[in-house]
Amino acid sequence: MTLLADTGVVFGRYLRATLRSKTNLFFGMLQPLLFLALFGPLLTKLSLGVSGSSWQALVPGVLIQLALLGGSYVGLGLLMDRNLGIIDRMRVTPVDPLALLLGRVLRDVVQLVVQSVLLVLLGLAFGLRAPLAGVLIGLLFVAVLSAALSALSYGLAMNVRTPPEFAAIANTAGMPLMLLSGLLLPMSLAPGWLDGASHAVPFRYTVDAVRQTFLGHYANGTVALGAAITLALAALCLALGARLFRRAER
Amino acid sequence: MPTPPTPTPVIETRGLARTYPLPAGPVHAVRGIDLTVDRGEILGFLGPNGAGKTTTLRMLTTLLPPSGGEATVAGHDLRHDSAGVRRRIGYVAQSGGLDPACSVREELVTQGRLHRLPRAEARERAGELARDLGLTPLLDRPTRALSGGQRRRVEIALGLINRPEVVFLDEPTTGLDPGSRAELWDLVRRIRAEHGTTVFLTTHYLDEADALADRIVVVDAGVIVAEGTPADLKARHAGDPAASLQDAFLAITGRSATADEPVAI
Repeated sequence: MTLLADTGVVFGRYLRATLRSKTNLFFGMLQPLLFLALFGPLLTKLSLGVSGSSWQALVPGVLIQLALLGGSYVGLGLLMDRNLGIIDRMRVTPVDPLALLLGRVLRDVVQLVVQSVLLVLLGLAFGLRAPLAGVLIGLLFVAVLSAALSALSYGLAMNVRTPPEFAAIANTAGMPLMLLSGLLLPMSLAPGWLDGASHAVPFRYTVDAVRQTFLGHYANGTVALGAAITLALAALCLALGARLFRRAER
Repeated sequence: MPTPPTPTPVIETRGLARTYPLPAGPVHAVRGIDLTVDRGEILGFLGPNGAGKTTTLRMLTTLLPPSGGEATVAGHDLRHDSAGVRRRIGYVAQSGGLDPACSVREELVTQGRLHRLPRAEARERAGELARDLGLTPLLDRPTRALSGGQRRRVEIALGLINRPEVVFLDEPTTGLDPGSRAELWDLVRRIRAEHGTTVFLTTHYLDEADALADRIVVVDAGVIVAEGTPADLKARHAGDPAASLQDAFLAITGRSATADEPVAI
């Protein structure tokens, strides 16, 4: 199938670009890593209102934060490519336009999952204990969420003109969503109104589900709801991203 | 033995138009272009800034959907078979489209792969083009380490990777030093001579159009205002075949090709 082959070509190109710039790989991880190293130890003696250790609550949050931050900023790279004329050059070929989006999204998913694995390993060193199956399912959630955000980020990048414009929109949308989804501290600590508001944010369900899988609980309502909402979000974002990507004409 | 160019049209447009809907009212960037370009021809597409050159070029290369009119490019209908058009053309934008961190080889191979060449064939084609365009010693350099003239040659190589019937060059020599310009002119002539490739080039430089183009089309305010061989235009509009193309251009558009006009979109 040509879409698959085209996606593979685009994926390969951007994966090589990622491997060339190893500093980016590291700096993309830096913020979640700092939360783990400098914020995580503060929580170990607190009662977070969740079962399990504080690491079982924090590491899933940091993973989702990585997907959120990493995923939403990938559009900046696309914007720079656009300004260099690289996107136009690629669009004047028979390659499936959707592959130009999907190949990049796939690269981002691979990069974010690799970074997530490193974060989990670091978490282990700090004292995280979680079943392997639970961690793997958690990474699956990260992968799906990364795909959603990266597609949306590219859709945005195709429809703004300058990096500052892009960053302003991504920041304005990203910050409240991140605070409202209870990534760093579980919403079990929140007053009723905040907890209520956070139920409007899809990432809340993702992180709650991953916390469950890190505790070894797989077949309950929280995980099922988290999976359903994360998948629905991904489908929506990919459709929207593809639409925005195709529509962009200026 | 190169095949002699046969006079069959490789580009045909009727009433090609593009309107940008802006809050302040619609901007008619291109108002209806009827154009025929013969196979193997080098066409110079001239006009002052904002005349609609780049908009026309972006429509013909499928980057911008026309808001009116019809066109056939390289045997495929622009509106209904844009993928077919893309298979048969090459496009070299003014901005070039090179990734500064990529090597010349990687850019060439990727472009071949985007044209759906199998990996081995894409590599072979990259090597062949590099030899042909004198890029072989540069293959493993990142494109950021190239001179302006070398970059242009790489960009043109990218546009030729699929052996296109038509190659579109948008202001190919802007920013090049005189030596590189002369080399590029030779390259354009050679592409046509050796492969019968049709070359559609926009330019600001009248000497460039004069030196390279078999035929010149002058656009102004979104419509074609004159066309003919450089000698025709000089005789007809400047009143003297020995006049400069600059005189003809001024007579046609009422202003010089390089005057700083506000750019429409």
